[in-house]
Amino acid sequence: MSGTIFLQNLFNGLTLGGLYALIAIGYTMVYGILRLINFAHGDVLMIGAYLAFYGVTLMSMPWYISVVVAILGSAGLGFLIDRVAYKPLRESPRISALITAIGMSFFLESFAVVVFGGIPKSFLSITPRFLKKVVVVFGARIQVLTFFALATTVALLALLLWIVYKTKIGMAMRAIATDIPTTALMGANIDNIIGFTFALGSALAGAGGIIWAMRYPQINPYMGFMPGLKAFIAAVFGGIGSIQGAMLGGFILGMMEIMIVGFFPQLAGYRDVFAFVILILILMFKPTGIMGKKLTVKV
Amino acid sequence: MESKRKEDYLLFLEHVTMRFGGLVAVDDFYNGVRPGELLGLIGPNGAGKTTVFNVITGIYTPTSGRVYFRGMDITGLKPHVITHLGISRTFQNIRLFYNLTVLENVLVAQHHSITNKDADKFLEKHGFEKKGFGSMWLGKAILKTPGYMKLEKDMLKEAEELLEKVELLEYKNELASSLPYGMQRKLEIARALATDPQLILLDEPAAGMNPQETEELMRFITRIRDEFNVTVLLIEHDMKVVMGICERIIVLDYGKIIAEGTASEVQSNPKVIEAYLGEWEHVS
Amino acid sequence: MERRLKTSTKVYLTLGLIALSILLLYVASKTLDTYAIRILRLIAVFGVMAVSYTFINGITGLFSLGHAGFVAIGAYTSALLTMSPMQKEMSYILEPLIWPLNVIQTDFFTATLAAGVMAALFAFLIGYPSLRLTGDYLAIATLGFSEIIRIMALNMQSVTNGALGLKGLPEYSNIWWTWGWLFITVVVITSLTYSSFGRALKAIRDDAIAAEAMGINVFKHQLMAFVISGFFAGVGGSLYAHLLTTIDPRPTTIGVMLTFYLLIMIVLGGLGSITGAIIGAALFAILSEWLRFVEGTMHIGKWTIHGIPGMRMVIFSLLFIITMLVWRRGIMGMEELTWDKLYNWILRLRPRRKEG
Ligand SMILES: Nc1ncnc2c1ncn2[C@@H]1O[C@H](COP(=O)(O)OP(=O)(O)O)[C@@H](O)[C@H]1O
Ligand SMILES: [Mg+2]
Repeated sequence: MSGTIFLQNLFNGLTLGGLYALIAIGYTMVYGILRLINFAHGDVLMIGAYLAFYGVTLMSMPWYISVVVAILGSAGLGFLIDRVAYKPLRESPRISALITAIGMSFFLESFAVVVFGGIPKSFLSITPRFLKKVVVVFGARIQVLTFFALATTVALLALLLWIVYKTKIGMAMRAIATDIPTTALMGANIDNIIGFTFALGSALAGAGGIIWAMRYPQINPYMGFMPGLKAFIAAVFGGIGSIQGAMLGGFILGMMEIMIVGFFPQLAGYRDVFAFVILILILMFKPTGIMGKKLTVKV
Repeated sequence: MESKRKEDYLLFLEHVTMRFGGLVAVDDFYNGVRPGELLGLIGPNGAGKTTVFNVITGIYTPTSGRVYFRGMDITGLKPHVITHLGISRTFQNIRLFYNLTVLENVLVAQHHSITNKDADKFLEKHGFEKKGFGSMWLGKAILKTPGYMKLEKDMLKEAEELLEKVELLEYKNELASSLPYGMQRKLEIARALATDPQLILLDEPAAGMNPQETEELMRFITRIRDEFNVTVLLIEHDMKVVMGICERIIVLDYGKIIAEGTASEVQSNPKVIEAYLGEWEHVS
Repeated sequence: MERRLKTSTKVYLTLGLIALSILLLYVASKTLDTYAIRILRLIAVFGVMAVSYTFINGITGLFSLGHAGFVAIGAYTSALLTMSPMQKEMSYILEPLIWPLNVIQTDFFTATLAAGVMAALFAFLIGYPSLRLTGDYLAIATLGFSEIIRIMALNMQSVTNGALGLKGLPEYSNIWWTWGWLFITVVVITSLTYSSFGRALKAIRDDAIAAEAMGINVFKHQLMAFVISGFFAGVGGSLYAHLLTTIDPRPTTIGVMLTFYLLIMIVLGGLGSITGAIIGAALFAILSEWLRFVEGTMHIGKWTIHGIPGMRMVIFSLLFIITMLVWRRGIMGMEELTWDKLYNWILRLRPRRKEG
């Protein structure tokens, strides 16, 4: 691999990793509190991308407004999913909520097929022109979009850390992740905090979906499935429940995916396999991930 | 100072320590259960009693120390193997098979419902007789061979006899979840007995019972010890409960054995009084 | 008070039902049109898959999301065995099929058995590492494995013919083969479920820690259940391939989507019930055909309503979510439709005579 191609791969890996990180946070936050794999999280990403798309094409909004609306819409959707599908099952066996989450994912996908159509749509038309420009960095040709995506991701991650660690609601979120009953005793409204957690995670997923759609400029009802799964794997990799872990896991996974294919182009077809192999190895040998805490079952 | 010989004991824990991170849940436990006795293990909440059970039954492997049963070193064996060697238990929070009937709960635990190769190998290595009965070869179950049918019939008969002895026979077709609390406790003991144990470990069987029920349960425990010829190790949090029936009592506090002896010896031990006083203060 | 029938009565009733079923299937195969017969065959194929799926998810209580992977293994294995060498040579245009697969050809029964064995082998290889996990982690790991299988099928050009898939398979899965295999599946899975082995599985489902403490080697039991379930999933895959007459590595054919469909069937039918799984499979097959009307154009009087493609799956997923939220036991719960139950049901239907 030549230096310039390496550089290109480096940037691709960082951007992809950043996207995984953005999406992984939603999984990890929800899992930290409810011990639920929110299967529908990947589909929120898809809906976010469609909202941005239709904001521009149907509503003729400027792209930046459309993006903000789409992110808010994703947040609302996340909140709604929790209220409708998961909240009624809080007292049920954990696996029931998981099955419902799978149903929710399936519903969002088929809903998207019905409403948006099953045929992939090009996202190029709504990507602002300046992002499509190409700059040359040390001989590597890199789209402005790459820098933009990376910068936005980093900014969003910083914002998230600020919310989680510096605001009151963030504190409440961390408190219920440790111990729901105690937090309830402290007078916090658990359901609202959980709802906020869903909304926050979904907003990030929506943003991730839009950036994803700009970089791989096609959207379709199933586009959220793979990124969603891989982001979940990133969350497990980093240590499920840990936000920093999810970020780290996301970046490592994205980088690994791009670099493996970069070094061994003949493996390109198996690109989606790597993440699963990593998942299985992690689950076998270090199920707590890089930064996760050990959860022991008391007998 | 210790003058215990592990050969005198059915089960012996030799300097067993169990740590969870920084917490020492069991600290250098050096004691055991003698054949045929009814031994009480008491102590305030969080003293490490349940952890002792979990170490004995293989749910946890001790951080250090060894566990001996019938002279065999069973440290680190899997729980299902240990059960086949002859140790059975109940849980502090009842753990029945709630979607199965009373009868099925007992049938599942029946010692010869499954052969356990690991346990058989271990027993043979130590010069004991194999316990193996039926077979895991599923073809027999699918084809319903005569041998298989006979085994099922024998198991059914034995399970019903057992239920009869513990006065649960009339509920045999009820779901375990539909039984009242006290009977669930009893069923859990019956299920443990179905594994044909030499040693049975009961974890706070009287929890959640009123004084009258508790007294009845204590009589029941004494009865099964004699009728089923098992050795009993009984955990109780409330000291008064075990005073009447246990021949010997070990008191645990913060993972350490602080006293050992008969009920009256233990009762008058200042260390024990202090440990329990501490707890009363904590409660009030 | 529940009344019970005599065992001999039940045996006769069962034999009668089998005879009746054979007769009905015979009549159906002679009188129904090919479309209706296709649905009948589909019911049986889904039935095989759903019963094997509920054996692991409902009865053993392992939440696996990898069933489609085993179906895929079975489908490819048997398709590679039933296609003629010449057909294979013509299909594999990008890369030739490797030896000895390119020259082997067997009959359908052997191919289906091989499909089951192959899928069982994979179930062992996948189950061995992943059954150390529990709950949702197991779900994700098995989903991961089934995706790996699908991606392999997509990429191993010289074995699976890659994205092109295998087309023009002989349409062997007629009424007799499909219902015959469903019969075998049900007999085997039911016998196992109602044996001491099955009792142990159900105990593990209810409380794995207690089961282990009662002397059950939980891992070994789960692994065996997983392998048995994998075997019948493979059989289902073989039947499926020779019903569709084509097999390809798309998610909708043998990927996650298929697992979701199967999940819908067993959840609707009642997780943990074998009869429930069959009812669920039949409902799914029938509903998804019947609901085609919502996707087609309708004429009501002078109005024309344009159908909406994809609507069926919206309905199914909503049905699925609602079931989970308000009716979690599904049609059968964990129970089975037995002669005793039917008998008591009929007794209750009859008006009660006054006691005099
Ligand atoms: N799996 C575990 N992980 C961490 N700590 C544990 C675990 N099991 C028990 N402990 C701790 O060990 C101590 C002893 O617990 P336990 O044996 O349950 O006490 P007891 O049964 O006497 O009430 C407690 O402080 C408990 O929190
Ligand atoms: Mg305890």
